[in-house]
Amino acid sequence: MTQTPLLSVRDLRVEFPTRRGILKAIDGISFDLKEGEVLGVVGESGAGKSITGTAVIGLLEPPGRIAGGEVLLKGERIDNLSQQAMRKIRGKRIGMIFQDPLTSLNPLFTIGEQIIETILTHLPVSEREARDRAVALLEEVGIPAAADRLNAYPHQFSGGMRQRVVIALALCAEPELVIADEPTTALDVSVQAQIIRLLQRVCRDHGTAVMLITHDMGVIAETADRVAVMYSGRIAEIGPVRNVIKAPRHPYTVGLMGAIPSLTGDHDRLTQIPGSMPRLDSIPAGCAFNPRCSLVMDKCYRDRPDLVQAGESRAACWKVSETEEAAGR
Amino acid sequence: MTNASQPVVEVSGLSRTFDVSKPWLNRVLERSPRALLRAAKDISFSISKGETFALVGESGSGKSTVAKMVVGLLEASAGEIRIEGVDMRSRRQAGAEMRELRRRIQMIFQDPYASLNPRWRVDRIISEPIRAFKMESSEEAISKRVGELLELVRLHPRDGAKYPHEFSGGQRQRICIARALASKPEFLVCDEPTSALDVSVQAQILNLMRDLQDEFGLTYLFISHDLAVVRHMAKRIGVMYLGRLVEVAESRTLFKTPKHPYTRMLLEAIPDLEMTGKPRRPVEGEIPNPINPPSGCAFHPRCPLANERCSREFPKFRQVGDTGVACHAVEEGRTTV
Repeated sequence: MTQTPLLSVRDLRVEFPTRRGILKAIDGISFDLKEGEVLGVVGESGAGKSITGTAVIGLLEPPGRIAGGEVLLKGERIDNLSQQAMRKIRGKRIGMIFQDPLTSLNPLFTIGEQIIETILTHLPVSEREARDRAVALLEEVGIPAAADRLNAYPHQFSGGMRQRVVIALALCAEPELVIADEPTTALDVSVQAQIIRLLQRVCRDHGTAVMLITHDMGVIAETADRVAVMYSGRIAEIGPVRNVIKAPRHPYTVGLMGAIPSLTGDHDRLTQIPGSMPRLDSIPAGCAFNPRCSLVMDKCYRDRPDLVQAGESRAACWKVSETEEAAGR
Repeated sequence: MTNASQPVVEVSGLSRTFDVSKPWLNRVLERSPRALLRAAKDISFSISKGETFALVGESGSGKSTVAKMVVGLLEASAGEIRIEGVDMRSRRQAGAEMRELRRRIQMIFQDPYASLNPRWRVDRIISEPIRAFKMESSEEAISKRVGELLELVRLHPRDGAKYPHEFSGGQRQRICIARALASKPEFLVCDEPTSALDVSVQAQILNLMRDLQDEFGLTYLFISHDLAVVRHMAKRIGVMYLGRLVEVAESRTLFKTPKHPYTRMLLEAIPDLEMTGKPRRPVEGEIPNPINPPSGCAFHPRCPLANERCSREFPKFRQVGDTGVACHAVEEGRTTV
């Protein structure tokens, strides 16, 4: 890869200092995102996927802080910028879509005011142009009678429609990257499908890269180009979506895929991974997955594995390293 | 026990209406009429012993309302619920018989964080049904039974001394299951038991529920919005839309040959994990407001097969092959778009 990636996260660490010690929510993750690419970030609750998103966009809730590593947007560091400078990037270069559309819209302003304000803040256009742009955007995200709906308040929209408005809001300044944190989780299945397709289409048309954070493998399978599977603040496996879903390498990914009830096959029992994700104050030494892993070896209790190339994916697992080495020699 | 022909649960014509009108004074001043919300209308199904029947639908379809009526947490506006032939609504049978009936029905709720008393230790939570139904006499027997129940749901008997907050979501749901099993029920109503849980934990709970079903011959009414989970768990499935049952079929049949356009739409909307790359037809619209449901068939504004009759006349629920379905288009055979 000679081209500078759009977003590059290098050895990012996020900590939460508490009375009982420092909790490591993110412990050294690295990944790249190319222009126009859709990267899925999956994991169960507590894996650190949302924290990764908020750390990239600089919205970590105090006392959370970036304890190390770098976040580079087109080669420039953005993790150490001032609040002032970061505000210029947020919305303009990186858009954000949150899980609950009701909380990410201001209930006291019409959606028109909110979109126009955002456009005026970030783009050198007149109010007239901003208004036209807002209407065009709302039409693009599939809101009927967009010009009239500009004067409506968020509560006058249904959940799915609200999420469309939020997507329009995230895209209104033509950002290069959109971070979508569980954009469809609060929605019904039939509406979820509409929103996923919309997000996919709009981002492709605008050439926007997407970091799609979700716990739903199905959503990832439909949308993402590459996927990063997170476990306990680390990336367990990252690779092209097809490889990770069809031929997972990390035992956690294998278990996760087996745990999803299938719509086609007939399984009497689901594969289950015993136990649950460790809490942040009791992450085991070595590989954090070792208490739940069926392939655990002595080494897993001692040393923490790093990502190693395994086919087209990369996985952080001693067993995978071993088999890869054996195959390599 | 009961002979095979008699179903454990028989629900017929079950309806529930909620009055969501404004206060009387506002109604008089604003001249607004009473507003009624039909949360469930004319629901009929039966579940035979040891079977899992699932109700599936999107939010607002009335599936939880039905669940609450079946366990008796909510009174039905009309219709009948019979558990092993005993009418749940007949208040005359109060006393011993009703009590015995309630013992045999238990419920597992969606949110394991909200359904356990945070101030009680786990052993007290689990022993409550045992005490309430006076199933054991001595304290010793009760604590022994609690230990057994905890082991049954793959927890340690020592966990009984802890408080709910010391457990993870999946473990709390296990505690809920242990509590539900404490009164030795035969019929469990599970309202979205795994939707608050992560996938890997969901798999543990679903497996546990199936094991318990095999072990005790439990009958489940399983409520969920997740079609994949429902397919995994249920033998027969009822699909609900805006308070009505639109299709009831064997799980296999439903997924292979869905009849009702809404069922077909739901099945198409599921993200495809197999990555076959099959094109998905986009679904139009959202669930309408249940206070003002569309006339005729409630699904007609979103239905690709709708015609004038659908907007005028409500479709009757009828049997087509192995499937029960309420749709004019299916009845008339116009099933291709």
